[in-house]
Amino acid sequence: MYTQALSIPDPAEQVPPAVTAAESAERLQRFQDRIDADGRIEPQDWMPDAYRRTLVRQISQHAHSEIVGMLPEGNWISRAPSLKRKAILIAKVQDEGGHGQYLYSAAETLGAARADLIDALHSGRAKYSSIFNYPTLNWADVGVIGWLVDGAAISNQIPLCRCSYGPYARAMIRICKEESFHQRQGYEALLVMMRGTQTQRNMVQDSVNRWWWKCLAMFGPPDADSLHSEQSMRWGIKRISNDELRQKFIDATVPQAQVLGITLPDPELKWNPERGHYDYGPIDWDEFWNTVNGKGPCNQQRLATRVKAHQDGQWLRDAALAHARKQQQRALKEAA
Amino acid sequence: MNATPALKDWPLWEVFVRSKQGLEHKHCGSLHASDAAHALQMARDVYTRRQEGVSIWVVPSSAISASAPQDKGEFFDPAADKIYRHPTFYEIPAEVGHM
Repeated sequence: MYTQALSIPDPAEQVPPAVTAAESAERLQRFQDRIDADGRIEPQDWMPDAYRRTLVRQISQHAHSEIVGMLPEGNWISRAPSLKRKAILIAKVQDEGGHGQYLYSAAETLGAARADLIDALHSGRAKYSSIFNYPTLNWADVGVIGWLVDGAAISNQIPLCRCSYGPYARAMIRICKEESFHQRQGYEALLVMMRGTQTQRNMVQDSVNRWWWKCLAMFGPPDADSLHSEQSMRWGIKRISNDELRQKFIDATVPQAQVLGITLPDPELKWNPERGHYDYGPIDWDEFWNTVNGKGPCNQQRLATRVKAHQDGQWLRDAALAHARKQQQRALKEAA
Repeated sequence: MNATPALKDWPLWEVFVRSKQGLEHKHCGSLHASDAAHALQMARDVYTRRQEGVSIWVVPSSAISASAPQDKGEFFDPAADKIYRHPTFYEIPAEVGHM
């Protein structure tokens, strides 16, 4: 799963200067040259402080999104319509947890502490993808999340496999391999519903109607309003612009919707032979920003669920440490 | 492991996975775990959910010593001017064929 709220600054964060005086022009030039030559930056290499901070913010927001992204679908594990769908859903949700782990590890290579990152999420300082602040109202939502939300995620994540920061790029390669299963299982679940009763077909259409515009917003604000984009492009963190990715996603999705037999809820959606792309209607950015800023339908519930899970797991983390300590002492005693 | 950290948080481990018998273990990432046995179990769940491995090593991250990137020039310099170490340095008559 994924975030595009990626380039959303955390509250109270100042947009940092690209480089401080202490960072000599020469080192900076070498750094930029390497990126321009499509080289990679590894954890021990020198990097401008702003590059490091941008990455920590983006990778940790991405990790938080994977973790919070387990919740909307997790709601349906106990209510999946068959054992097969339940096993698939468990595997998918487990993958999202794994993706979060890869990404937290990548953020840690930049010197961020795991505990601080998690604390930033739990205290509401850090953002995660706003798509997860919407509820999953019926079973079709699980299929639509796989098809559209993960589909949007994949379009976003493939270019990140070529990100200039090595550990992030490597984590993304691993994640992209797994996401393909996520999208296909969702689309297939919807195909099955579309072959069912009229009520089932209506459920799919209703779900697509609710998620379509939110998925388009996942690609982030239009290029003209995108705060961090230009610098991120120069640094090789971002390779393709928000609008370009959004267009690619729409172009790929329209034929899939036709095969599925549903309509996409946009009266302005139509093929433009001159551009060689589909035209589409305006996105409601007010709603997007409202949700990013905490006023979506599930923001509070999602965060509260995460905090509770973390607190409820405290005894286990303590017990594991106590066990490790005991084993260590026993080994020391035996050695003496 | 002698330099055991005060176990306040779960320490960081580097994970190496052998994808199949006959291949080397390859670094694939890191994770936090309370001890080695725990780290192995976590590594299985995080890095081999799709049979990506037949064997896993976990190493405390603090136990790894790494060469410094700023020394890259002189550290690797001794090998830079020894092109005679490569087979392509030597010209062999074409009629000899593959050698």
